[in-house]
Amino acid sequence: MRIFKNLSKDKLATISVTVIVVTIIVGLFAPFFAPHDPNQVNMSLRYASSSWEYLLGNDHLGRCILSRIIYGIRPSVLWVLVALFISVLIGAVLGFLSGYFRGKVDAFIMRVCDIMLSFPGYVMTLAIVGILGVGLGNILIAFILVKWAWFARVIRTSVMQYSELEYVKFSKASGISDLKIIYKHLVPVTFSDIAVISSSSIGSMILQISGFSFLGLGIQAPNAEWGMMLNEAREVMFTRPELMLAPGLAIVIVVSAFNFLSDALQVALDPKLLNSKKRPQQKSPTTTVKIQKKEVAH
Amino acid sequence: MGRYIINRVFISIPLLLIISLLTFVLINLSPLDPAEVVLQAQGVPKITDELIAQTKEELGMDQPFILRYFDWLVASLQLDFGDSYVTGKPVWSLIGPAFLNTFKLTFVSSVVIIVMSILLGVICALKEGKIVDKSVRGVSFFLTAMPSYWLASIMIWYVSVKFDLLPTSGMDSYKSYILPVIVITISYAGIYFRNVRTSMISNLNEDYVLYGRACGLPEKKITVHILRNSLQVAISIFGMAIPIILGSTVVIENIFAWPGLGSLSVKAILSRDFPIIQAYVLILAAVFVLFNTVSDIVNAAMNPKIRNDL
Repeated sequence: MRIFKNLSKDKLATISVTVIVVTIIVGLFAPFFAPHDPNQVNMSLRYASSSWEYLLGNDHLGRCILSRIIYGIRPSVLWVLVALFISVLIGAVLGFLSGYFRGKVDAFIMRVCDIMLSFPGYVMTLAIVGILGVGLGNILIAFILVKWAWFARVIRTSVMQYSELEYVKFSKASGISDLKIIYKHLVPVTFSDIAVISSSSIGSMILQISGFSFLGLGIQAPNAEWGMMLNEAREVMFTRPELMLAPGLAIVIVVSAFNFLSDALQVALDPKLLNSKKRPQQKSPTTTVKIQKKEVAH
Repeated sequence: MGRYIINRVFISIPLLLIISLLTFVLINLSPLDPAEVVLQAQGVPKITDELIAQTKEELGMDQPFILRYFDWLVASLQLDFGDSYVTGKPVWSLIGPAFLNTFKLTFVSSVVIIVMSILLGVICALKEGKIVDKSVRGVSFFLTAMPSYWLASIMIWYVSVKFDLLPTSGMDSYKSYILPVIVITISYAGIYFRNVRTSMISNLNEDYVLYGRACGLPEKKITVHILRNSLQVAISIFGMAIPIILGSTVVIENIFAWPGLGSLSVKAILSRDFPIIQAYVLILAAVFVLFNTVSDIVNAAMNPKIRNDL
C-alpha cells in the first residue's frame, strides 16, 4: 500500500491514473457513454464539423467520431490490456518456475526464451499475423506468443534476487512447502517488480497494435479502432486533415498516461530513483530491461 | 580475444539453425493448405481436389517434413527462396532490392539516431536536473508517446503538401530520405538518448571520476573518460537497435511508399504469399543474430571483463 501512498503524492501520476481509469470505464460501458451508434452511416452528414449533437464531427461516412473513439477504446486499450495480462501471467509462471527451482527446468526455459528473443519481436508478430491471417484476435495472439519470453526472463531475475534472501532460505530450512513459500513470501515482494515491468510495456503495445490496424492488418472495417480510424482518415488527408486529429490525440493521451504511470510506479517503488546522485550502481539486469522494454516501440 | 570470437560465432550457428527450423514450422502451421493458397493466389476459378494434389506434387509438398525442411534450408543458403505464389517471380528478385532499400533507410536513420542520442544524452547528463535536461526529457516523452504513422502523416501534410518542400512519398532523390529519417529518429532517439544519459550519470558517480577530480585532472579530460566508458553501453544498445529499426520500419515505409521490405511484407501478408513472408522472417532474424554477435564481439574488445563470460 506504500505504492499508492507514494503515487498519490505525485501529481502527474494521479492525473495519469485518473485518465486511465476514466478511459477503461468509458470503454467498458461504451454503449452507455457513446451518444450514437458508432457504425451508423449518415451520408448527409459527411465530413460535418463538430456540433452539439456530434461533438467531434463526422467522418467520411457521416459516422459519429466521438462514438467511434469511445467504442475504439475496446480494441485499442482494453484488449491490449487483456493480451498483456495473459503474457505477463505466462511469463510469471515460467519465471517463478525457473527462478525458484533453478536447475534443468531453468536451463530449458531460458534456452527457449533465448530463441524467442533472438527473433525481432515486430517481425515475429508480422509473421504470425501473416500465417494466421489478418484480424485483431490474431494480432493479440501474436503479441502473447512474442512477449511472454521477455516477461519470463525479467521476472526470473527478480525472483532469483529474492529467493537468495535469508528469510526465504530460513523458510526452506524449516520445511515449508515450496508452493507456500512462493505464494506467501515471493509473490508479494516480486509483485511490485512485475507491476513496473508490465506497465512499462503497455504504451509501446498500444502504439504497435494501433500501428498494425493502421496498416489494415488488425481489426477489420466497419469496427472502430483508433489506428483504423487514422487509416481511414489518411485517405482523405489532403482535403480533410482535421480527421486525423481526434484518434491521434486519443492515442497520445492514453499512451503518455501509461508511460507517466509506469515511470511514477518505478519511483514510487524505489524512491532512491528520485535523486540519481545517490543511486547505487545498477548493472546489467536493469539495462537489458530498459533496452528491450521499448524494443519495438513503433 | 580470438577464442572469444570463435566461441561467440559458434554459439550463433545452432541459434540460426533453430531459427530457420522455427520459421519453416511456422509457415507449415498455417490453417490453410499452401497448395490451395497458391491456386487462390493465381486466380484459378475452380479449385478441385485433383488440382490441389497436382500443385502439391509440383511444389514438392508431398514429401516428408524433414526432407522438405532440409531442401528448403539448402536452397535458402543459396538465396533461392522459391517463387512468389502471386506473381510467380523468384522471391529473391523481389526481396533483394527491397532489402537494400530498407537497409539504406535504416542505415541513414541509425547514423542520425546514434549521433542525436549521444549528443542529447551527454548534454542532459552533464546538465542533470537543469532546465535543458528537463525540457529535452519532457519533449522526448511526448514524442515517444506519439504513433509514428500519425507523426508522419502530420509531417507530410505540413511539409510536403502545405509548403511543398519535400516529396510526399517514393524514393527518388536524397530529398525523399529526409522525412522518413526524421520520423524514425524522433521515434527512437527519445528512447536511446535516455540510455546514454543513464549510463553517463551512473559513470559520473564512479570512484575513478572522484579520483580524477582529486588528482586535479581538468574537467574536460574527465568527461572524455566518462564518455569512453558510457559509450560501451551505448554500443551494445545500438548494435541491437539497428536490426530492430530494420524490422520495424514497416509502418513508415507504408506511409512514405518506400519500396522496401516493410511494404513488400505487408503486401505479402494481405495476399498470403507465404514464400515471401518466410524469406522476410528468415532474413531479418539472421540479420538480428548477426548484429547481436557483432555487437557482443565489439563489446568484448572494448571491455576485457566480458570476455570470460562465455
